[in-house]
Amino acid sequence: MEILQEGQGELIGWHDPDENRQFVLENKSRALKDKTMSAKEAVSRFVQDGYFIASGGFGHVRVSMCIVYEIIRQGKRNLIMAGKTAVHDLDVLVGNECVNRVETAYSFGHEVRGLSPASRRMVETGRCKVVAETSNAGYQWRFLAGMMGVPFIPSRNLLGTDTGKYSSIKVVRDPFSGKPVTLIPAAYPDAAFIHVHRCDKYGNSQIDGIMVEDFELARCARRLIITTEKIIDNEVIRAEPWRTVIPFYLVDAVVEQRYGSHPCELHGQYFFDEEHLAEWLSVSKTDEGVKEYSQKYIFGVSDFDQYLEVCGGAKKLDFLTRREAMEVPLITPWRK
Amino acid sequence: MGNEQGKSYNMREFLAFTAAGILEDGKSAFVGTGLPMIAGMLAQKTHAPNLLLIFEAGSIGPQLPELPISVGQGLTCYRAVAASSMHDVMSACQAGFIDYGFLGGAQIDVYGNINTTCIGEHDHPKVRLPGSGGANDIASFSHKTVLMFGAQSKRTFVEKLDFLTTPGFLYGPGAREKAGLPANTGPYRVITQLAVYGFHEKSRKMMMLSLHPGVSVEEVRDNCSFDVIIPEKYGLSPEPTTRHLELLRKEIDPTGMLIGK
Repeated sequence: MEILQEGQGELIGWHDPDENRQFVLENKSRALKDKTMSAKEAVSRFVQDGYFIASGGFGHVRVSMCIVYEIIRQGKRNLIMAGKTAVHDLDVLVGNECVNRVETAYSFGHEVRGLSPASRRMVETGRCKVVAETSNAGYQWRFLAGMMGVPFIPSRNLLGTDTGKYSSIKVVRDPFSGKPVTLIPAAYPDAAFIHVHRCDKYGNSQIDGIMVEDFELARCARRLIITTEKIIDNEVIRAEPWRTVIPFYLVDAVVEQRYGSHPCELHGQYFFDEEHLAEWLSVSKTDEGVKEYSQKYIFGVSDFDQYLEVCGGAKKLDFLTRREAMEVPLITPWRK
Repeated sequence: MGNEQGKSYNMREFLAFTAAGILEDGKSAFVGTGLPMIAGMLAQKTHAPNLLLIFEAGSIGPQLPELPISVGQGLTCYRAVAASSMHDVMSACQAGFIDYGFLGGAQIDVYGNINTTCIGEHDHPKVRLPGSGGANDIASFSHKTVLMFGAQSKRTFVEKLDFLTTPGFLYGPGAREKAGLPANTGPYRVITQLAVYGFHEKSRKMMMLSLHPGVSVEEVRDNCSFDVIIPEKYGLSPEPTTRHLELLRKEIDPTGMLIGK
């Protein structure tokens, strides 16, 4: 195939498909076994310094924040992160110097709430490097190729732009149509963490609402930590198997954590904690502010339940539940 | 500013109204967070009740009761026909099911190319912006792309982008097809606080179509670093009616989160 153009971005997390099959053969158990453990154990076992990590959900929606905070608490370093519309998760991980390289589709912003002072500052002062650019579909399809066990997937985005030039794609002449076509390389994150509504102790998971990229991400990640609002019986899974979106053999750890996405949203259960996000956006304008936030919410508490108490406890969580049900009006404390 | 019924409105309300007017009933629109979402909701509540709204995170065909903060939140599935995935909706877009894509940006050039990645050099940016998000995909795949810039100035309407994040007509006629982008796609309208623009059929350069009430051609030129085409005949942009303003303020964005107070 004639190569017309090659992106100059660093190729992150790609493996020869046979090499990845070997990894799966040796490391991914097909045994139906209890994988429940604490967030502390899951992070210490499955997230290593230098790993390429990816977080599930989208923006501030259904993010495994209990794992994100645990990564910071354990002082993991030199991580590369998939900036696949990664928002609060990426911002606190970069701000705390756990992540120092990012492949960006959408990063360094909090959508309508504004840009991220902390992670932007880290990039603008050279402490965090953007190693490659891509787009949301571009990232999504890196996971799709990984899930399929093929080296790349063809697509028609990223063409003609600097985003493509700074990405890890190759543009070739399509042997069928004769037109230029993008080849998006597969991605196999070393570790991914996805928050779900419910799963059994083996990891069979159900998600309410949109899947975003998690169907594909769960299937290409080498290590997968599932955090769940609730652990349910395997019989419940088997009664309605069509509701399972992540089957157990993909899962390495199951962590039960009620409100585990806070301050992010969980479809049908609790809303964004806008006051908490506004506090972060305000204090993270300085390095000292980032340290204060992390001391208060991460290092100063022993686990996520204690963190929820510091965030306002039952009263706050009840408010977020009622806000998600639209029983109380929206507040936007981050507005200038 | 005020409409014929004497009701005053702000610039964001005007932009939302103007963008909504482009959307047609029975067509599909890929809408992002912010003003595009408001425009989609306003169109649904007025002339286009069967406008199919699609969100990049996976929701298809919602009838939104209030303005979502994010394109991924649970509310985007309210009375939707499907809660799907990014792969599904981006594939639908690539396969040709999306009529209108809505985008904003930090910089735009004469061919409707957009920058949302960085100001300054990529590897040593003066300002790091969020990057493409879904914008590169939406502008590559949608049949027509509508671009919204609330702050047209010499700083945002630039001769040369610091970074070409998202494709417009790239460098001129035929450039999109030559690059391999889907045929007959590209930027369709640019809406700013001063005017509505289209693109010249032959040169693919930005061309003014209508001027907003109270704005002069000089203001348009003074707030643009490239030579925008000003044809001999151009229109006057319509103003929001009292009904549109009430829908925006009372139903769509009652907190004034995006349209302001």
